[in-house]
Amino acid sequence: MALRGDWMYENNGGTCVAIAGIDYCVVAADTRLSVGYNILTRDHSKICSLADKVVLASSGFQGDIRALHKNLAARHLLYQHQHNKQMSCPAMGQLLSNTLYYKRFFPYYAFNVLGGLDNEGKGCVFTYDAVGSYERVGYSTQGSGSSLIMPVLDNQLKSPSPLLLPARDAVTPLSETEAVDLVKDVFASATERDIYTGDKLEIVVINASGIKREYLELRKD
Amino acid sequence: MFRNQYDTDVTTWSPAGRLFQVEYAMEAVKQGSAAVGLRSKTHAVLGAVNKAASDLASHQRKLFRADQHVGVAIAGLTADGRVLSRFLRNECINHSFVYESPLPVSRLVVQLADKAQVCTQRSWKRPFGVGLLVAGLDETGAHLYYNCPSGNYFEYQAFAIGSRSQAAKTFLERRFQEYDTYSREDLIKDALFAIKETLQGEKLTAQLCTVAIVGEGEAFHIIDQQTIQEYIDAMELSTGGPDEEAAAAAPPSAETQEGGEGASSEPAPMDI
Repeated sequence: MALRGDWMYENNGGTCVAIAGIDYCVVAADTRLSVGYNILTRDHSKICSLADKVVLASSGFQGDIRALHKNLAARHLLYQHQHNKQMSCPAMGQLLSNTLYYKRFFPYYAFNVLGGLDNEGKGCVFTYDAVGSYERVGYSTQGSGSSLIMPVLDNQLKSPSPLLLPARDAVTPLSETEAVDLVKDVFASATERDIYTGDKLEIVVINASGIKREYLELRKD
Repeated sequence: MFRNQYDTDVTTWSPAGRLFQVEYAMEAVKQGSAAVGLRSKTHAVLGAVNKAASDLASHQRKLFRADQHVGVAIAGLTADGRVLSRFLRNECINHSFVYESPLPVSRLVVQLADKAQVCTQRSWKRPFGVGLLVAGLDETGAHLYYNCPSGNYFEYQAFAIGSRSQAAKTFLERRFQEYDTYSREDLIKDALFAIKETLQGEKLTAQLCTVAIVGEGEAFHIIDQQTIQEYIDAMELSTGGPDEEAAAAAPPSAETQEGGEGASSEPAPMDI
């Protein structure tokens, strides 16, 4: 669909979601890789485990995403050599932001959602734009299905009390299984209407005992 | 004395065809506290003696991880060793990034040796004053190399460097031929024996030494003190045949040169 000979990006579609809980974090992404109206593969992971307690999900241009994940993994190795410990989620959050802004004038076409546990063991989600603007939130979604999913998450997870103004994204009081069920529901809904989302859903849960992976079949059309 | 005429510059040859500055750099390695390395077909072990400058100070780090599959033990100017370790880590990361596979140990030591050689051929530089024992595992098995300040490197089945390393080398010389088939536990025990040799009478405890291992299914890591103490306790229970012979046979190694402090229990000033 590139009209110019020098268009250096491509959107491979897909959607990512992350939800922060009291002592866990759920990060999920579909596994469909598309270009235009075609599917390249139904089985491609958009999720990268960067550290013990940090998981990154990115949608957008796979070439840039692969390079970005590699870059961060190498930087994490350097960090471990220098500091003798794994990077925390907030630290990785800052690193990702700086890495993205470093290429402000030729950006990574990657829409990222970083999830993990912070230094106190609480769930931690950071959401980014393509050039590194980031914010810690209680939940987020990026990618082609994000506009379909975000309103649903707002409805379910945004702070319910009207007395808290402005309504803040708090870490959700939902349990781990409830959060995973919510993620499955929103992806099933997004799959219905977004052509770039579907095939399979990869769900990663980070908690004190480590990282756990789960898969769910989605509609293939 | 005689050699002082040609030893000011690393870029000056002596009439006998020697570069004295490089040789002096190798002396610096002998002044550092001991480090040992040994390997089997599938594992490589590094050990080092932890000597602190005084009771008030903590000891210097002598074992560094370069990557999952490679680590180094240093002896000599620890500052130089730290800088070279950083170089090794960078090289490993760069290779993994581009080729998505671990850097073969033989290539890593060549890059390190080339870096050392540069400093022997520039008038504004000085040779690195540190010897490195590089232990790693790659597709061709476990390897142990020794990198000199001169830019030379050699592969070994087992080796020891630093002060009083001759005692450890004598011990290793007797045992190395079976190392290929040694189990990982036996390798660690022999490494501890070798370290014990360099202590010459002082009691070996887990606080006095550091041991690291890398092997098949095992990333490079430093073994925790408790496990080391258990190995030491197990060793002391068995008859100490090899050590008694070694203690009698190995005289204190010749480090009482012009630069040497002569003190056998204090580390050389450059090791601080």
